[in-house]
Amino acid sequence: MTGLKLIWIVPILPLLGAITNGLIGKLLSKRAVTFVALGSTGFSALFALFAFIELLSLDPSSRISESILFTWIESDKFIAEAGIQIDPLSGVFMLIVTGVGFLIHIYSVGYMGHEDGYSRYFAYLNLFMFSMLLLVLGNNFLIMFIGWEGVGLCSYLLIGYYYDKNSAVDAGKKAFVVNRIGDFGFILAIMWIFWTFGSIDYTSVFPVAHEVLPIGGFTVTGITLLLFIGATGKSAQIPLYTWLPDAMEGPTPVSALIHAATMVTAGVYMVARCNALFNIAPTSMIVVASIGAITALFAATMGLYQYDIKRVLAYSTVSQLGYMFLACGLGAYVAAVFHVITHAFFKACLFLGSGSVIHGLSGEQDMRQMGGLKKLMPLTHITFLISTLAIAGIPVFAGFFSKDEILLSAFFGETQGHLIYWALATTAAAVTSFYMFRLYYLTFSGVLRSTDQHVRDHVHESPPVMTAPLAILAGLAILGGLLGLPIIKDAHILKSFLAPVFSTRGAIEQPHPPMQIEFLLMAVSVGVAVIGIMVARYFYYTNPESAKKLAKKEGWIKIVYRTIQNKYYVDEIYDAIFVKPIFLASRDLLWRIFDMKVIDGLVNGIANFFYKLSQTIRKTQTGFVRNYAMIMVLGVVAVISVWFIVLGD
Amino acid sequence: MKQLVIPDVSLGAVGPEIVLVVTAILLLLLEVFTARKEKGYLAYTALGGVLLASAMTANMNGYTEMNFSGMYVVDNFASFFKLVCLLGTGMTILVSVTYTINEGISNGEYYALLLFATSGMFFMISGSDMVTIFMGLEVMSISLYALAGYTRNREKSNEAALKYFVLGALASAFLLYGIALIYGATGSTKLAIIGDSLRTGIANYHLIIIGAALLVVGFGFKISAVPFHMWAPDVYQGAPAPVTAFMSSGPKAATFAAFLRVFNEALPSMQADWWQIFWILSVMTMTVGNIMALRQTDVKRMLAYSSIAHAGYILMGFTTGDWFGVSAILFYMLVYTFMNIGVFAVVTIVARKNEEKTTFEDYTGLGYKHPIIGVTLVVLLFSLIGIPPTAGFVGKFYIFMSALQQGYVWLVIIAVVNSVISVFYYLRLTIVMYMTEETTEALPSLSLSPSLVTALIISIYGSLWLGVMPSSYITFAQAASLIP
Amino acid sequence: MLTVNHYLALSGILFVIGTVGVLSKRNIIVVMMCIELMLNAVNLTFITFANYLNDMTGHLFVFMVMAVAGAEAVVGLAIVVALFRNRETLNIDKLNILKN
Repeated sequence: MTGLKLIWIVPILPLLGAITNGLIGKLLSKRAVTFVALGSTGFSALFALFAFIELLSLDPSSRISESILFTWIESDKFIAEAGIQIDPLSGVFMLIVTGVGFLIHIYSVGYMGHEDGYSRYFAYLNLFMFSMLLLVLGNNFLIMFIGWEGVGLCSYLLIGYYYDKNSAVDAGKKAFVVNRIGDFGFILAIMWIFWTFGSIDYTSVFPVAHEVLPIGGFTVTGITLLLFIGATGKSAQIPLYTWLPDAMEGPTPVSALIHAATMVTAGVYMVARCNALFNIAPTSMIVVASIGAITALFAATMGLYQYDIKRVLAYSTVSQLGYMFLACGLGAYVAAVFHVITHAFFKACLFLGSGSVIHGLSGEQDMRQMGGLKKLMPLTHITFLISTLAIAGIPVFAGFFSKDEILLSAFFGETQGHLIYWALATTAAAVTSFYMFRLYYLTFSGVLRSTDQHVRDHVHESPPVMTAPLAILAGLAILGGLLGLPIIKDAHILKSFLAPVFSTRGAIEQPHPPMQIEFLLMAVSVGVAVIGIMVARYFYYTNPESAKKLAKKEGWIKIVYRTIQNKYYVDEIYDAIFVKPIFLASRDLLWRIFDMKVIDGLVNGIANFFYKLSQTIRKTQTGFVRNYAMIMVLGVVAVISVWFIVLGD
Repeated sequence: MKQLVIPDVSLGAVGPEIVLVVTAILLLLLEVFTARKEKGYLAYTALGGVLLASAMTANMNGYTEMNFSGMYVVDNFASFFKLVCLLGTGMTILVSVTYTINEGISNGEYYALLLFATSGMFFMISGSDMVTIFMGLEVMSISLYALAGYTRNREKSNEAALKYFVLGALASAFLLYGIALIYGATGSTKLAIIGDSLRTGIANYHLIIIGAALLVVGFGFKISAVPFHMWAPDVYQGAPAPVTAFMSSGPKAATFAAFLRVFNEALPSMQADWWQIFWILSVMTMTVGNIMALRQTDVKRMLAYSSIAHAGYILMGFTTGDWFGVSAILFYMLVYTFMNIGVFAVVTIVARKNEEKTTFEDYTGLGYKHPIIGVTLVVLLFSLIGIPPTAGFVGKFYIFMSALQQGYVWLVIIAVVNSVISVFYYLRLTIVMYMTEETTEALPSLSLSPSLVTALIISIYGSLWLGVMPSSYITFAQAASLIP
Repeated sequence: MLTVNHYLALSGILFVIGTVGVLSKRNIIVVMMCIELMLNAVNLTFITFANYLNDMTGHLFVFMVMAVAGAEAVVGLAIVVALFRNRETLNIDKLNILKN
């Protein structure tokens, strides 16, 4: 028990690292900076692991430990104590954050080795770790909000890390502003919670929620919807997702840590944490599930057209987050958390792998300039392949188990229209496996297409400091699924572990589906994944480019070529009938029009509205004293008349 | 014929004021007898006076006393606001040291005026009689008119001073008329007696309403509430930067103190009416302030609008009319003084000689050329936005909570929307600071004197510490809350 | 017979005349005179009420206001002088550098 009381050491260590590197980092040698950054996160991770083991050793019902550090705000109406709380849910997140965070720190040593501002980078990264740990370990909403803002801030700083690139600065700004819109919902929700419950501590809100608030009442629906607005901002769901693809301007390890594995899942954590509230707000649950399902499919189609390797991964992150929210909305919080875990592994691995590719190709991010890296970067290739299989949902790999659990709960759910969710999610799974393998084939198979001699000469496998984290993450992407074993039985490891956190009151009971149907559904989801892979293979592996080269040779090869050309012809027809419309739709309709015009337009439109308004009202400030005096006198008249007419007897 | 009564004179109660005024007069004398080279020490003389006054004020904390025939009251509420004002004055002096030397303006009168203005604020804060409050307000205002035009060779400074003067005098006239009408209706200028006669219902209701409305105008002008805010941007932009810093903190706090005291002690029985007026004023003030700030090109002007917007947030605490709201205002004023003077300290540093560099472009690349100043400004701006864990967040949260307690849900929603809008213009400045467009002209490097650094450290301390450990300060503010 | 209301009406009218003067006059000196007029109108109100209520506070207030008005005039004129040195104008509508 004592170990759990000291849990605050876990977030404090990265904070100390951040302070050290931030203040005196410039004076330290590179080695010392590395030592501070890695040491603080490493020990933090180690400590987190010990704490987690201690948590496991406790009786399931008493797996919660709160330690109050100091009183933050106190009045007789209202008390907020800054405290740290660990329970199974925050324990799981704490492990992901420190574990994956530590791996990415190691990777960063190699990746950022040549960059300026090495200490600045690690200071930000450590600060991020601190904020994220605060977010998941806080014992009340205010602490969560502080962490929430903190991670947003670090994300903004790290996206804009390459400050000499204007696009990076713009992207950082966009992320910050869009997140503020989400935060607006969150802070209102916190105030509303405080107003309703008289407290913002988890322990005094959640256990009594169902007594204080009627099921489906206005208050609880309002609170949960506002919370969800916050979640859409942080976790990049429709309509506030636009910042995430732009956030790829930041260094790749940052994309892996913040924009894939940890920060963007904060929204899922928040919804899962507030399950006691969401469970008694059926309307909000439907909203959450619908937004999740639509985002999952929508973002997946968005990934079809992209050529920037990181943007594809960004859209896929948005899509996978959609799955998690779908699960939350269906009441299958365990499945959501499970997917958070597996996603953290394989997506971090994918991002780091793409970082390794970009690093090996001297900063090239366009997939049209890649190809043939299978032999040139063997370790990166194999880990990337594993993660791609995991995200595509191929059995044995982790992603299969978690995704399948979400699909199952959609199919057997009791929410209205659950079959539509299932259909959307299954389609999204097919699209996912297609674009992920498109990415894989474009990058690793065939020959290197880059024409830049410098790039061609310098292709190299990344140093071990980068490939080791890749290997570990790939291993986890295979083994992570074990948490979900046995998947058929009602309670698997993760489920029984998380059970104390998720209140069953008002929760949608998951029925016990017949096993045959479960297997059938599994077969369906694997089937669509395989179809996606085959289509991708067809278009990007059986490559028309190589066919053209064959054509130049004489003799019997010409015949072979003809057949291939015929194939190409089929390709064309197929392309024209099937692929082109989808691509055009994806590009023109969805990406160009919806993404850029509607969503960006909405955000920009609101901003422009205020700018225009500002420009107009500014003109009232004429600079003439007599005008000012006139407005004052009119104000006097207005105040008096309002007082008399509106309020008067 | 009434009998002549010798009023009870208690010099101890006005000890801090005496210290301030005596120091100011001393400064005027020293100015004449000090060699040009040694004029820098005048600032420290002034600072000594401020510190002594602070010590005396802090010493008074905890007891309530009426003096001078009930015209002057010393209570926790007054002590808190006085300390806030002294903090503002002290930091302004620190910011001014290099400024006065660089601009070549005479020291003695400058600091004397700052201290006179501060003593005026004290009388406003402690005034429990309209006479005291009005006199305090005028002492403060007249000193500020002179300070606004202090760099008398700059046309902008002249113009600012004149605009401030004309409009300020107009506002004073309205305020005075309001006092006269209330006096006529109730037969007294003492806040307690006004309150009593309103409660018993013998007062002329119509006169009281017009009088109260005129008071709103007079005080609203000083705190730059919309629509009486028009002077603020012009004056803030034109006045010397340290003076702008000064104007945005102490005088505002003092006016809020008097405002609160008058409305909560003299007119509490009309609370049902005036909360709605303040509701409207608050919404208008924060919205207009934030929207106008969006398109500014001059940083000082942008900060003027931001200051208007913050006045709008503070007005939210007014609507509640309970101790919670008042303590929220107290806390917010403290936080605001810390962060705002810090921002103006940076503006002063960047502006250089003759205050030529105050546009957004002049901040380009500041974050790289001067990392420490850059980070300082970012922290302070984040505090102004209200991002946790800065003090600005706690201040906002506390004041929003106080409004929510009273069930003003819409007011809170509007305020939160407003604080989202405010992100745009504060963030614009931080982005400009971290852009690297090479400037063609070589700028003289920034001069950082020890006094400026001290001011920055104090403001950073306030902006962060009050965000992380606000508890004791909040307790202090609650103890100082006017309404039990 | 002159009642309280007559005096109050007179002071009210004077106050409004002063206000209108501030709003309409361009010469800074005239504007300042109009402000003085407003203050004196208020003084008249005070005296009226003091007389009516048989209370000395109003009288006291008038002296305070006169002192304040004097101080205000001093500072105001000093500002005008400084301004005139730089701009050579007394037209308040020419003061238009600071705007928007």
